[in-house]
Amino acid sequence: MEYTYYPGCSLTKTSKPYDLSTRAVFKALGLGLHELEDWNCCGATVYMSVKETVSFSISARNLALAEKLKRDVVAPCSACYLVLNKTNRFLRELPELNAKVNDALSAAGLYYGGTVRVRHPLEVLVNDLGIDAIAKKARRSLEGLKIAEYYGCQIVRPQRGFDDMEFPQTMDQLFEALGAENVYYPLKVRCCGGMLMTTANDVAMKLCHDLIACAQGNGADCIVTTCPLCQMNLAAYQDQLSAKFGEDMHMPILWFTELLGLALGLDAKTVGLNAHLEQIPEKILSLAA
Amino acid sequence: MAHLETPGTLPARESELRRAFLSQVDIVPGGERLRKCIQCGTCTGSCPVSYAMDLSPREVIARFRAGDIETILRSRTIWICASCYACTVRCPVEIRITDLLYALKRVAMGKNIRPRQFPVYALSEAFVRSVKWFGRNYEMGLLAEFFLRSFKWINLLKMAPLGLKMLKTGRLGLFPDRIAGHADLKKIIARAEEIEQPREPVPVRTVTDEVGYKAIQS
Ligand code: SF4
Ligand code: SF4
Ligand code: SF4
Ligand code: SF4
Repeated sequence: MEYTYYPGCSLTKTSKPYDLSTRAVFKALGLGLHELEDWNCCGATVYMSVKETVSFSISARNLALAEKLKRDVVAPCSACYLVLNKTNRFLRELPELNAKVNDALSAAGLYYGGTVRVRHPLEVLVNDLGIDAIAKKARRSLEGLKIAEYYGCQIVRPQRGFDDMEFPQTMDQLFEALGAENVYYPLKVRCCGGMLMTTANDVAMKLCHDLIACAQGNGADCIVTTCPLCQMNLAAYQDQLSAKFGEDMHMPILWFTELLGLALGLDAKTVGLNAHLEQIPEKILSLAA
Repeated sequence: MAHLETPGTLPARESELRRAFLSQVDIVPGGERLRKCIQCGTCTGSCPVSYAMDLSPREVIARFRAGDIETILRSRTIWICASCYACTVRCPVEIRITDLLYALKRVAMGKNIRPRQFPVYALSEAFVRSVKWFGRNYEMGLLAEFFLRSFKWINLLKMAPLGLKMLKTGRLGLFPDRIAGHADLKKIIARAEEIEQPREPVPVRTVTDEVGYKAIQS
């Protein structure tokens, strides 16, 4: 199976390990991932900008480029996933906007007919390949590892997508099949604050505190995420969180592709585990030994 | 129902705000469902940050319907919403609260309401510029510009240790990537900006009645 890959800005730099591990896992599972040539930012500004035609047109340029290739688009960043899907839906539901956006695209000789499917890698792996097939390819067992699966808010909302909006299970089932133990983690889809970390820091710090404290309290060895920004928010401020709340808030925060990569037999560096901001304990690194 | 008819005549500024808002609602499919809110408070109860808001999401809807957009635009609420969609997916009458809050945010930015303590606009503008210049979001430049423009240079210093760690792990680009199709992207943006203009002045459309106010006359 072949897919068009839309890494998004975060994966090219700040979330490099997520990019490395996504490519490595797809390769190890025999799936083709072809980076969309000359993609531009998805236009997550859509809702921030006062000029919506501009934002939707920026987003639609990617979809127009991808449409020519006739493959599904895989977008690992939750924000890209949401924005590209939303652009698709708005262009479908609002003919007037569609006309304007295509008018703008025509300035560069492009046209978007609205046929591209934008998918999250988690959903692609689980639905196109299947958990059983993935488990069969596993070279290492995750036995003894206790994990809290954190989906964040934007891959299961606002549209009924590939999993439940309140208590998704895709990742839980995947890692259970690979031998890990899932701890009770009711905050699976609770927001980490996203960009509030920069614009309303206090509020976001509280949200991140709750997410980590809940995982710790239920005995998790790590939190596993599906989004660059979730991982960043939870991993990058652990020192500040510990100081602010007077508790030890240190905990490894992995991308699901990293842990999956380890189970598939890839080494720690290939999946990017050496480039984390937080400490990755021996218990996880030894999986790759 | 009588109460849907007319709450009286709105002050000039309020009807102007309402018109601006409704033109934004325009781009939210189903935006006119606002009228159906039953004030159950599910949105507020589901919101992870309502504790930090001055107007709860439920109250925002109530105030809007009562013709008090002015207060909403000056509230913390629109800047604190993290757009997590928890309220939207639980609302029993399927009001897209998150998208409406976005629309209100856009109206506020359009009216130059820019609270210093929530510099969302600065981030947003820096972001738009980055995409225009490079085609991609240049995070390093973006954050630096953001902190400088929001007069929180002290935060920039606080971020320094994190920045160093990211540099060491190769996760911070010192130079932006510029996409090859940059010229194309510029053309698209320029054309889109042209198209955008005729939106003003906004015609009064049927959606006004849908939301419940016949009081807004052109
Ligand atoms: S959402 Fe973020 S990462 Fe994704 S393309 Fe847009 S700016 Fe880049
Ligand atoms: S970063 Fe936070 S706000 Fe964004 S999707 Fe992840 S959980 Fe939600
Ligand atoms: S959940 Fe929906 S119906 Fe209930 S108060 Fe909020 S907006 Fe109104
Ligand atoms: S989208 Fe905004 S208002 Fe709604 S629950 Fe999330 S933070 Fe609260």
